[in-house]
Amino acid sequence: MRDKELRLIVTFHTTADAMAMEKACREHGIPGRLIPVPRAISAGCGLAWCAPLTERRKLLEVMEEQGIGAEGLHECMVRV
Amino acid sequence: MSYRGFRLDGLSGAVYTYISGNIAGRELHGGCSERKRNDLMIYMDNAATTIHKPEEVKAAVMAAFDTMGNAGRGASAPALNASRAIYDVREKLSRLFRAGDPKRISFTANSTESLNIVLKGLFSKGDHVITTVLEHNSVLRPLYECRDRGAELTILGCDEKGAISYEEMETAVRENTKAVICTHASNLTGNMIDLERVGAMAKKHGLLFVVDASQTAGVYPIDVEKMQIDVLCFTGHKSLLGPQGTGGMYVREGVYIRPLLSGGSGIDTYNEKHPAEMPTALEAGTLNGHGIAGLGAAISWIEKTGMDQIRQKELFLMRRFYDGVSRIPGVVVYGDFETEKRAPVVALNILDYDSSEVSDELCTEYGIVTRPGAHCAPLMHRALGTVEQGAVRFSFSFYNTEEEVDLAINAVRELARE
Repeated sequence: MRDKELRLIVTFHTTADAMAMEKACREHGIPGRLIPVPRAISAGCGLAWCAPLTERRKLLEVMEEQGIGAEGLHECMVRV
Repeated sequence: MSYRGFRLDGLSGAVYTYISGNIAGRELHGGCSERKRNDLMIYMDNAATTIHKPEEVKAAVMAAFDTMGNAGRGASAPALNASRAIYDVREKLSRLFRAGDPKRISFTANSTESLNIVLKGLFSKGDHVITTVLEHNSVLRPLYECRDRGAELTILGCDEKGAISYEEMETAVRENTKAVICTHASNLTGNMIDLERVGAMAKKHGLLFVVDASQTAGVYPIDVEKMQIDVLCFTGHKSLLGPQGTGGMYVREGVYIRPLLSGGSGIDTYNEKHPAEMPTALEAGTLNGHGIAGLGAAISWIEKTGMDQIRQKELFLMRRFYDGVSRIPGVVVYGDFETEKRAPVVALNILDYDSSEVSDELCTEYGIVTRPGAHCAPLMHRALGTVEQGAVRFSFSFYNTEEEVDLAINAVRELARE
């Protein structure tokens, strides 16, 4: 198993929101990737955007600009 | 003379060539009988489904078979491929309908499913709904069910050409009227309803405006903002040129529709209720990712080719056919042809012949595929007085040719002489 590191995790209400997020981040050159929502955050299932902690400001800016609604913004240990 | 045609066995949509009147390299399996004068199929039932799809559509479906997992079910590469492809088509559809937010587009299997979800999910006991005799059974039957459960229904009539009265529509508004639902174009006559005018009337009275765009999406521009449409239902396999089993709806933000289905969503698993957020709220179960990928390619093809160009060609073919057949003694054509703003459909009858017999004769003797009978439009037929005879519907696509139209005119002329 890969080591765990602290990451910024954005969760969404729908898969469509997650897709919009990935697209917006790619277009704005923001690093990160879609991962399954870690169990520590949600007991359900779904996709989350996992990004370096340093990207918080840029992420929030892009989400506001693109009208992407997040369910939550978390800091979580995930395998990278 | 070069000629475009299809194999009846087929999925190839190949192009064949007439050389000195001979047709080479075609095979027929099923459909038309051995009495055919030639074995070319001329497909003029595009209002039922378009049989000739752009090559890109077939390629996209085949590629999807190799790459797509289940959209929204995990973050694996195949699942993400499907999620991305489907989201991409949401974006294309929201662009096509000027819908803004792609998340307001939910996918279904076809217009009928969309209309069932919308009508059964919007109306309750005591609600009054206004619709028209132009509607397809996919609107009428769900509405009749709503009426059986206590909703009230007003169905507006039409004039002898099949056109509705907008004044009458406004007069029908009551205190408990919740919505107006209408088609953009009759699938029988091709007559169109002025959506901008109905949308303005609906807005003025605080009504929801629901539109069935089955016959026009992809051929006529639809702007949900300008037309003040609250819910737009569409199918992918007709003028949008996508695969069968694709369709969907646009739902304006703030409009709540009780879901018809609940179940797998890929998110919020331990919640007893299906997610309320669009588009998931109206999408339970695995989506038709392969088909939706094809629909996306079809929309790209329409954008590349130009909707105006597609429409102009279809209307040109329709007008050429109408001009040819309307002069033939014994032929009656239904609908309003004084305007060019209509769906590319010509429904007719020859003398007192049964429309089914005429359609069968066109298929078996001429290889011309049309649709006879009632076209799932019972009230429109009743209004035109064609319940007994039905009508023979010729409907055109971008892939039809002038030569095909002329052959069809000649076929009608010959049958009218017999």
